Parts: sequence; structure tokens; C-alpha cells
Amino acid sequence: MIRLEKRPSPSRFWQVATPVLAVILTMIAGGIMFALLGKDPVAAIRTIFWDPLFHPQFADYSRPQLLVKAGPLILIAVGLSLGFRAGIWNIGAEGQYIMGAICGAAAGLALYPADSRLIFPLMVIAGGLGGWAWGMIPAILKTRFNTNEILVSLLLVYVAQSLLASMALGRLRNPEGGGFPGSRNLSRWESSANPELIAGTGMHWGVVAAFIAVIAAYILLQRHILGFQIKLAGQAPRAARFAGVNPARLVVLCLGISGMLAGLAGLFEVTGPAGQISIDFNSGYGFTAIIVAFLGRLNPLGILLAGLLMALTYIGGELAQLMLGLPAAAIQAFQGMLLFFLLAVDLLSNYRIRIAGPAGVA
Amino acid sequence: MDFGGINPAVLIASLMVASVPILLAALGELVVEKAGVLNLGVEGMMIMGAVCGFITAVTTGSPLLGFLGGALGAAVLSLIFALLTQVLLANQVATGLALTLFGLGLSSLLGQGYVGIKPPATGVVPLGPLADIPGLGRILFRHDWMVYASIAMVAAVWAVLRFTRMGLILRAVGESADAAHALGYKVTRIRIMAILFGGAMAGLGGAYVSLVRVPQWTDGITAGAGWIALAIVVFASWRPGRVLIGAYLFGGITVLQLNLQAAGARIPVEYLSMSPYLITILVLVIMSSGKGRASLNAPASLGRNFHASR
Repeated sequence: MIRLEKRPSPSRFWQVATPVLAVILTMIAGGIMFALLGKDPVAAIRTIFWDPLFHPQFADYSRPQLLVKAGPLILIAVGLSLGFRAGIWNIGAEGQYIMGAICGAAAGLALYPADSRLIFPLMVIAGGLGGWAWGMIPAILKTRFNTNEILVSLLLVYVAQSLLASMALGRLRNPEGGGFPGSRNLSRWESSANPELIAGTGMHWGVVAAFIAVIAAYILLQRHILGFQIKLAGQAPRAARFAGVNPARLVVLCLGISGMLAGLAGLFEVTGPAGQISIDFNSGYGFTAIIVAFLGRLNPLGILLAGLLMALTYIGGELAQLMLGLPAAAIQAFQGMLLFFLLAVDLLSNYRIRIAGPAGVA
Repeated sequence: MDFGGINPAVLIASLMVASVPILLAALGELVVEKAGVLNLGVEGMMIMGAVCGFITAVTTGSPLLGFLGGALGAAVLSLIFALLTQVLLANQVATGLALTLFGLGLSSLLGQGYVGIKPPATGVVPLGPLADIPGLGRILFRHDWMVYASIAMVAAVWAVLRFTRMGLILRAVGESADAAHALGYKVTRIRIMAILFGGAMAGLGGAYVSLVRVPQWTDGITAGAGWIALAIVVFASWRPGRVLIGAYLFGGITVLQLNLQAAGARIPVEYLSMSPYLITILVLVIMSSGKGRASLNAPASLGRNFHASR
């Protein structure tokens, strides 16, 4: 008989080992999926995980993409992880990301074609505030009316998508665009552009912000009373209340911070890699960031690594589409699989597996 | 009798069709939550049902087999959830999200060769003279059999939960898993069965979207219906009868906004299409605050994993 025995405290070894194990298991299961699709599994896995970094022909293009894709993922996931730790589930980062982009772009476009160094910082503030405000909706509804923040934040994604379509077709449409949907190109207007800071690295202001967020979250969780309260509220809500932690304050702070970071990610994306507000501007970063947060074990440094790995699967997936004709959806399923395996092997860090013999009723 | 190009009889009739998917999915989720499990993967299971149902119906030419295939496909997906949360004791919220992300990816992978095909038509149930009653006939008696089946399911779920031993055990497991375990009920097994039922129902709902409501296959066809179904369970404060009201209310809003779009209302299309989500949020707020306080009726063990330590 196999028995599970709860560990008194999570195993430190397995906490580090489980993400690695999950990645390996996902590679195996993904390989089987690719084989079923009629592709060579070894070639597919190599194309996804190896070629973006080391392929002689493509690596020069795809290596900088790593930071471009990892930046928004890390920025959003760091914010989400704070809430997840406290048991506050913001799963509407995709919507906050869109709203950040819309608000930031609108603030910039209102001043077009002025030429000032102050415009970009202004847009950053507007973008952060836009995401923050969108995150505050579920927060206030939760604290004032006890409404489930999971459902509200998620439903607001669909509202934000409709708003995005309306903006791309209406208010923010490029007046010189010949009637095509989409705003002016923000990355080509010097005052609003978010360019590559060091040539050939893919580093832009969003990546810088992501690194700052990782460091800030690390300090917050390790050194600040708020970080302690977040951890306490997640692990022992009752104890947290006795210790004087105000749950409403945590909800407002966690949803506000994660909303703001998602909004910033959206703003940096719209001014840089994406370039403009368009109907299909959002590409699912807000949802993938949930996987990144868990893969990084809700730990800022872990999220940094997880974001890079997930970015790799994005780029590798594009490469596999190009070279092996692997469908784009296969990568999405692959990423979902990773989260499954991660949650499954998490058992090992919280429980001990005991194999008891017939007489082993200890 | 027309109001600005919208015929009320047609509106009510199409409302009944529009609400079938969320009604079925919400009923399934209600049973799951009554067993104390929170499965946030409804959207993923629905879309798997939509694609599996569509593929089965197109290859076999039979809509009935299509619905069965949809239910089966989604139930298999929900089995992953059951395995992870009940056997491997993973966090239910995170696993449900994973189910949705995975389902969206897998469905678009499976459905690749099926874009732009028309599925076999699901016929209208011939109710003879009833269908010719002026007004009422059009509203009530000219539907396909799934519309009637979904209403029958509401009654069935209500009766089973309220009057049978099975329903009592299910509720006991959801209210206090430890007490049910102490009484000798197999908590894990009962919960897995409930999850599978929820999966099959969500799959039926999804299949209805791709076979009747739209009817064709495109990526992301369910467009948040699964999340609305989750919201309806809260709205209904875990009562099957209220799920029916909730589903019809939201079906009505969806149909109304579509009709307003078609009638060329002066409100921009994008604002109309966000209205069902906004109204869902509004209703959630009303239900969870003040006197409504739907959460008071929530199963006590909802979302908590059960591990038999003794």
C-alpha cells in the first residue's frame, strides 16, 4: 500500500527539485504529444529548448527575443505571486495588461506630436495607474461587498478586450492610417518609444522594470513586515487575524500591486515590441504569467528563472512552427501541461510517500 | 408585434437556446461544488466538449454521438483535475486554472482541420400541433431536444440533491468531508464521481455551442461562457432552480445585445458585447453583499482538499 504522510514543514530539497522534475516530465509528455502529431519528438524538444539559444543561423535573432518575452512575463508574475501567496487570486492580469497599454498610449497620444523627454515617463505613470485602477475593481468589490475576486478579475478581461477593440477602431485609431484599425505607431515616435537599450540584447525599459520588481519583491518578502503579513495570511489566515493583519488591506495592496505591474508590462509592450494599440494587441502574457508564478514557486528569484524558461518555450515554439510546421496551439497545450506536472509533483514537497508492507501499519 | 425590429417571441425562443450551454455547465459545476470541490476549469472543459463534440459529429454525421463525444472528451479532461486535486492533493484553484489554459490549447490543436466546416444539424423535436399554437408555440415548442433535456436536468439534479440518499451523501461530503469520512463514506471516490459528472455536463454545454448555437468550430469558441457558468453558481446560491433563472437571465442579456447589434442600435458594438460580463459582475456584487449574501449558503468544505490522515 502506498500511503501519504504529511510533512511537518515542506521539504526544502523538493521545493527546488520539483520545478526541474516538472520540466523534465513535461518534455517527456510533450515529446509524446509531438510524436502523435507526426513530428520527431527529439527534434521538436531540441528546437524548442536548445535552438533559440544556440542554433548557428537563428540564435542571433532569437536570443534577444528571450528578454523581450521574459520581461512582461516576469513583471506580471512577480505581482501575481504576492497575491497568490496571501491567497488572493488575481487571474485577470490579462485585462490589467490591456488597460495599462490603453491608458499609457492614450496619455502619450493626447500629446502627439509634441517632442519632450517627459512624455515617456508620463506614459509609464499612466500605464501603471491604468492597470492599478483595473485591479482595484475586484479589490474594492471584494472588500466592500465580499464578491469573489477570482470571477470578477477574470470577467473584467473580457470587458478589457472589448474596450481594446473599441479603442483600436475608435478613439485611438491613427487618423493618418487610411481607416485601418490600430493606433499610431508609438515605437516610431521618439518621445514615446521604448527602444532596445543595448543593441543585440533585447533589453528595453520593461525588462529593467522586471528586474527591479524582482529585487523589490525579494526585499519585501524577506525584510518587510508587509511581506511577512502576506506569507502569514496565506499559510495561516486565523493566526494572521490574531496577529492584527488587516485582510482588506492585503487584498487592496496585492491586487493593486499586481494590477499596476501588469499595467506597466502592457505599457512597455505597446511602446516597444508591439508598437501600437491594435485589436489583437494582447497575446496571453497575463495568463502565461500565472504558470510562470507557479513554476517559480511564488518566489521572486524563481520567477526570474521561470520567466526566462517560459520565454524560451514561446520563442522555441515559434521556431518549431517555422521549421517543423508544429501548430502554434501545441505550444499552448505544452505550457498548460507544464503547470499540470508542476502541481502534481508538488505533492513531494508537502507529503512523504511511504510504501508500507502488509504488516507495516505503523 | 415588434419593438425596434426585435420580435419578443423570437427573442424568448432564442434566449432559451442561448442559455443551454451555461445552464448545463453551471448545473454540473453546482454538483461539483456541492461535493466541496471548486473546479475553475469549466471554461477549459467546455471548450474541450465543443471541439470533441464537433469532431465526433462531423466524422459520424450524428449530432447525438457528437454530444456524447463532447461529454466524454470533457469528462476525460476533468479526470486530470480529479487526479491532481483528489489523489495528488494539488491546489484546486491553480489546477482549475491549469485545466482552462490546457483545454484552450489542446482544443485549438485538435480542431485545426475542422475550421469552416458545417456540423450535421440537430433537428427540432416534432411536437405536432403544439408547435402551431400562435406565440407560445414559437417560444416553447419549436426547439431541439437539448433545450428540453437541459431543463429536465435541472429538475433531475434538484430532485437527486434533495430527495435521494445519494444527494444527501454528496452534500455531507461537501459540508464536512471529515465527518463524512468518519461515517465511512469514500470522500475521495465520491468527489471524483462528482468532478466527472461536472466535466460531462460542461462538455455537453460546450458541444451545444459548437453544434447548435454557432454552429461551427473556431478557436476560443466558448468565449468565457465557462466563467459565466461559475458566476451563475454563486448567483444561484447553490440551488438548481436558481441556476435556471440565472442562466435564462444571462442568455436573455446575450440575445438582447446581439439583437441590438443586428438592429443597428446607436450603442457601439464593443460596448454591447461587454454587457453580459458587466452585468454578471453586477449581479455577483448584489448577490454577495447585503441581505443576499449568497456565500452563506456555500458548501462549508468548498475548495478544501481532503486527506485522510487517520
